[in-house]
Amino acid sequence: MSERLAPPLAVLAELTHRCPLQCAYCSNPLQLVAARQELSTETWMRVIDEAAALGALQIHFSGGEPAVRRDLEQLIRHARAAGLYSNLITSGLALDRSRLAALAEAGLDHVQLSFQDADAATAERIAHVRGAQDRKLEFARWVREAGLPLTVNAVVHRQNLDRLPAMIELALTVGAGRIEIAHVQYYGWALLNRRALMPTRAQLEAATQIAEEARQRLAGRLVIDYVPPDYYAQRPKACMGGWGRQFINITPDGHALPCHAAETITDLEFDRVTDRPLAEIWASSYAFQRFRGTAWMPEPCQSCDRREIDWGGCRCQALAITGRADRTDPACALSTDHAIITRLAEADAAAQTTAFAYRRMKARDEMLPQSAATPAIGDITPK
Amino acid sequence: MTGMAEDAVPRLAPGVRLKFDQARECWVVLAPERVVMPDETALEILRRCDGETSLGAIIDALAADYEAPRETIAADVQELMGELTRNGILRP
Repeated sequence: MSERLAPPLAVLAELTHRCPLQCAYCSNPLQLVAARQELSTETWMRVIDEAAALGALQIHFSGGEPAVRRDLEQLIRHARAAGLYSNLITSGLALDRSRLAALAEAGLDHVQLSFQDADAATAERIAHVRGAQDRKLEFARWVREAGLPLTVNAVVHRQNLDRLPAMIELALTVGAGRIEIAHVQYYGWALLNRRALMPTRAQLEAATQIAEEARQRLAGRLVIDYVPPDYYAQRPKACMGGWGRQFINITPDGHALPCHAAETITDLEFDRVTDRPLAEIWASSYAFQRFRGTAWMPEPCQSCDRREIDWGGCRCQALAITGRADRTDPACALSTDHAIITRLAEADAAAQTTAFAYRRMKARDEMLPQSAATPAIGDITPK
Repeated sequence: MTGMAEDAVPRLAPGVRLKFDQARECWVVLAPERVVMPDETALEILRRCDGETSLGAIIDALAADYEAPRETIAADVQELMGELTRNGILRP
């Protein structure tokens, strides 16, 4: 490659997989990392220094629930000193008022608080935690009180999409400056629960219109970021802004990944930050190079004029749907597998089930209920 | 389009930081889940949005620096102000 490799924009630090919520679409892998396997404070501090030296500008403290780590203040302070913009992605259930104030004092720049629904009962059923909604609302007040800017994270799917206008209202009520409306992406837990989550096409179209209308109406008051779902798309999304182009995701036990779902690609080996410096992993590890740029692409991607717009879409999705990570993302209408994804979406959207397989820290086959253990492709074969 | 009042004092929105990035050798705007590399014009404006200078004073200063007619500068600045406010980077 003649082009000089640009540094990553951001590091996603998944400090822990421990979480008070059990959302059925959690982006964490099915096999969660146990507390005893988590990186030490010293290692995280070194990783923060290495990320800043490499040229990363932002760090997202995520999880699980990052605040279950007692060293969160220390890590935020360290990130601030290293010049990084720090963002806390939280459930709001593991921090009290004084600790939040301490995080602000340590230099935290921004808070992203998840809401599972505007309706408390449904929200608490989705997250499988009773009483969560009131605590989240109270937490949002503390965020504002601490003078921190707030984003509401709203993951949307069939079971809450009809209340999207209420979720936008909720963001305004709690004083958020921004709402991120993200359709569920189907990997890991969400893939397992796809039949309970997949929206109908009518719901999707209504949601897109509602988000667009609200964006106009609330311009200057509320920034609305809208992430459309892949299954009904015509063109793939530029997943993570391209493999190994903008982000490094670091798991609780120190694996450096190009995206949070990358470990589903089991024939790739991911280096650990305890074994190699971050700069070396970014520049020369096999996993980061495997799908970086355009040279790896099959046709029709290779000769497509959008190849440097979408960077070939999502490798984990290609794997989940077609069984091969190096195939064209089936979200693309030009993929020969596109009909599969459309039919899966329509079939799952018509499913009547509302039952979830909740995210739990247990061995994988222990937690799979019979009904949810449908393989990704199901009984639909490409014609 | 009426735009922002000239006595308004635009400032970076909460959670937004402007900094010089050594690795890329350019100015960057850091915002929630966003990194923006402002072009030269946007940067000239953003650096003057210090939370003390009014929009009118910013336009005056730019008109003087660029030796351009004030109306031309005012129109350009208003357009950028609108854009930067809409996407949450500036707050009037």
